[in-house]
Amino acid sequence: MSAAAAPARTSPVERGGIPVAGPRERAGDRLFRLTVTGFAGVILLAAFALAWQLTRGSLQTWKAFGFSFLTRTVWDPVSNDFGALPFLYGTVVSSLIALLIAVPLGVGSAVFLAELAPRRVSDAVSFAVELLAAVPSVILGLMGIFVLVPAVRACEPFLSKWLGFLPLFRGAPYGIGLLSAGLILALMILPYITSIAREVLLTVPRPLKEGMYALGATRWEMVRSVSLPYARSGIVGAAFLALGRALGETMAVTMVIGNTPQISASLFNPAYSMASVIANELAEAAGDKHLSALIAIGLVLFGVTIVVNGAARLLIYKTEGRK
Amino acid sequence: MKRNLLAVLAAATLAAPAFAQVATLTGAGATFPFPVYSKWFDEYHKVKPDLQINYQSIGSGGGIRQLTEKTVDFGASDGPMTDEQIQKAGGAVLHLPTVLGADVPAFNVEGVSELKLDGPTLAGIFLGTIAKWNDPALVKLNPGAKLPDAAITVVHRSDGSGTTYCFTDYLSKVSKEWATKVGKGTSVNWPVGLGGKGNEGVMGLVKQNPNSIGYVELIYAMQNGVPYAAVKNKAGKFLKASVEGVTAAAAGVKMPKDYRVSITDASGPKAYPISTFTWLLVYPKNPDAKGEQIKAFLRWMLKDGQRMAPALGYAPLPAVVKAKVAKTVETIQ
Amino acid sequence: MNDAAYARRKRVNALMLGLTAVCAALSAGVLFAILGYIAWKGASSLSLSFLTNLPKPVGESGGGIANSIVGSAKVVGLAGLMGIPVGVLAGVYLTEYGKGSRFAFLVRYAADVMNGVPSIVIGLFAYALVVMPLKRFSALSGSVALALIMIPIVLRNTEEFLRLVPGTIREAALALGIPRWKVVLFVILPTAGRGIMTGALLALSRVAGETAPLVFTAFGNRFWNQGWLNPIATLPLTLYNDAISPYEDWHRQAWAAALILMMFVLAINLTARLWLRPSAPAH
Repeated sequence: MSAAAAPARTSPVERGGIPVAGPRERAGDRLFRLTVTGFAGVILLAAFALAWQLTRGSLQTWKAFGFSFLTRTVWDPVSNDFGALPFLYGTVVSSLIALLIAVPLGVGSAVFLAELAPRRVSDAVSFAVELLAAVPSVILGLMGIFVLVPAVRACEPFLSKWLGFLPLFRGAPYGIGLLSAGLILALMILPYITSIAREVLLTVPRPLKEGMYALGATRWEMVRSVSLPYARSGIVGAAFLALGRALGETMAVTMVIGNTPQISASLFNPAYSMASVIANELAEAAGDKHLSALIAIGLVLFGVTIVVNGAARLLIYKTEGRK
Repeated sequence: MKRNLLAVLAAATLAAPAFAQVATLTGAGATFPFPVYSKWFDEYHKVKPDLQINYQSIGSGGGIRQLTEKTVDFGASDGPMTDEQIQKAGGAVLHLPTVLGADVPAFNVEGVSELKLDGPTLAGIFLGTIAKWNDPALVKLNPGAKLPDAAITVVHRSDGSGTTYCFTDYLSKVSKEWATKVGKGTSVNWPVGLGGKGNEGVMGLVKQNPNSIGYVELIYAMQNGVPYAAVKNKAGKFLKASVEGVTAAAAGVKMPKDYRVSITDASGPKAYPISTFTWLLVYPKNPDAKGEQIKAFLRWMLKDGQRMAPALGYAPLPAVVKAKVAKTVETIQ
Repeated sequence: MNDAAYARRKRVNALMLGLTAVCAALSAGVLFAILGYIAWKGASSLSLSFLTNLPKPVGESGGGIANSIVGSAKVVGLAGLMGIPVGVLAGVYLTEYGKGSRFAFLVRYAADVMNGVPSIVIGLFAYALVVMPLKRFSALSGSVALALIMIPIVLRNTEEFLRLVPGTIREAALALGIPRWKVVLFVILPTAGRGIMTGALLALSRVAGETAPLVFTAFGNRFWNQGWLNPIATLPLTLYNDAISPYEDWHRQAWAAALILMMFVLAINLTARLWLRPSAPAH
């Protein structure tokens, strides 16, 4: 950092775009800045250390299969033949379903809580929704088995009757499968989206809102043209935070996804997610090759998260640029 | 405000009473014997209050790995360690059998409360070659049962486990096709079926899906009242799993010196074919006084511990094996 | 003004707002259903002895989860002590000093990525970091794993809310000649305080229920927990082990433990709400 050159400057030193008072940075400020930078650096360090650990642990697999590991569909611990594609598919599809359900539901709830409900009701209901985030994954998983899966099993015949023209809704009604996994994930990420969206919607400046009313807009029109656009980057951020949670969710998904490494178009069929296979087989991973393959899946998940977040960054960057 | 909360928390935890330092042993491994092991360690703590033996079930593979890493004092596994694994652990690990268990084929078919199966048909079901309940092979074994014309929903374990190892070991012995196509292991590439997590998961799936079949440990089937099939043993008798049947399977097998033996498909008229030992894994040489502590516990286990097993659904060791194990225990340092 | 068009707009308005009410009702409804289910299944096994006893062997009644309760409090507490400051201060860095710098971009990115890593992998990481060097399972390693999970959540949240603090406040304070670090600590942070605390508490509640990362770190313990460098019992682990056991008695204990865990979490959230209310800025 260029702070060492500071004493020679005559113009104010800038940090983060805001000029620090005076031609030199005060000692207290400098200490503070270095401290917070250090803490931020810890996170970066941790991420790199994790990536390095994952790479080191999975080297055997990459040597054995190369990049084709990502496109192979077999998973055989006995003959040490592994491929990650079914798990990628399961993770991505179940997370997508979760987002498709949770974002509209969450944003809708947030609009209600921020705009419509009287303050007390809003606080109480948003408190209730936030509690949902605190329900441990393991409990949700157990409830998934006892409550959600039978319910889904009962609904699947109807879905295949009415929507069966889509390959998404065909097949035997096992109950467990991609649909149940997506639903339970939606349940888990809903609170994040709702609470963050609500907080962000609450910060929309009143003058902006009142301006719309002055123009004769209905409440919904105001929400649609002022509140939501203003809150958009916050909501997108919330969605990606939620997506991050969905991608890595282990216990609850493991109990309802069916744990079958296959790729099929139907949402009724059992599938397998990356986090689930790691959770299921890690403790018992027989040989080193098996362990290495599991760590490789962990690395792939890590990679997927990096890509997804890259896309998020771009999106937020674009919407922010427009503000 | 935030600072206050943090200060209170810090004070509370630091002020937590410092307990008199009791000696502790840590062990990790198989989930299957967890109930009986936890009973033993709790009872032994009453006998020896100054020793706490803390056992956690993280899986057989986990137990083996932690023992190798020396983060625990002893391990436990449903499947014996391979030579390669023993090499990694320093070349010598004692396998001490403790109790026996069995896998049962639990099923859920309406109108059918008793089912007879044999090795090849069981393999066929799990391979997917026998796909319907009224397949001729099944009808032949169960002439009186009203088997429906419905597809069989197979349920297996999704997590690696000794239960799977035992089951696939048996299938590999009775079906060449299984041995070549799938093989045996704690995790295998199942040709068909849904994967449930843990015995609970498999039980749940079998209970909820009509016309399904899955394999679970005997205790789970017993405790949950789920019907399970009788399996034909090597001597030709159809047996439902029981504590006696499992002990008989162990008695009928020639025990090697290191106790690493598979007792599936054992000979003997009373032997239940899908049985397995479970072992405690101990280093022959241990640091500090741990060797003595482990030895003392094992002696207690062979006498008093064994008596507690049947009540919990585990088969005790046959007398012949017990005597041999007692001798090996004395060699621990 | 076209009356018909206006009437239509009013109808759309009513419909859309009605839908949002349905969304909110559904979300809250689901939570109550879940809480109700846990209470229904767990309440019958709750008793004072359950809360104060140690686990008993199979077949004996009267086992309890006292060590798990204390253990969870210890592990989560330490995790918060480690994770919240890191998350908040890193968030301060990102909003106050890091705008536009590549380092800040990387930090933000790294945090988002860490957020998506399955908790079991984080547990493995903590295993390699703490358990292996120490050659023992410990409460400390469990806390490290949980802190690693908390940090990205707290960071993202802190950043979001610090960013919402109007620049005018910052500039006014600086104009008064207050040193930068005092501006951040005593003006900006308190203003965003409510949002930050909500996020920190969501994070605490979330890790209080984590099972997977604790399997290979905190390990679990059937006896009283000793200090910080020994295996320790935690509620979610005990819950999970009991739930997957074959015994009906232990199942009931699992649900009772689940109820306790939920109450634990409810307590954290309620405390936050009550404490922070007086300082909440008027909206």
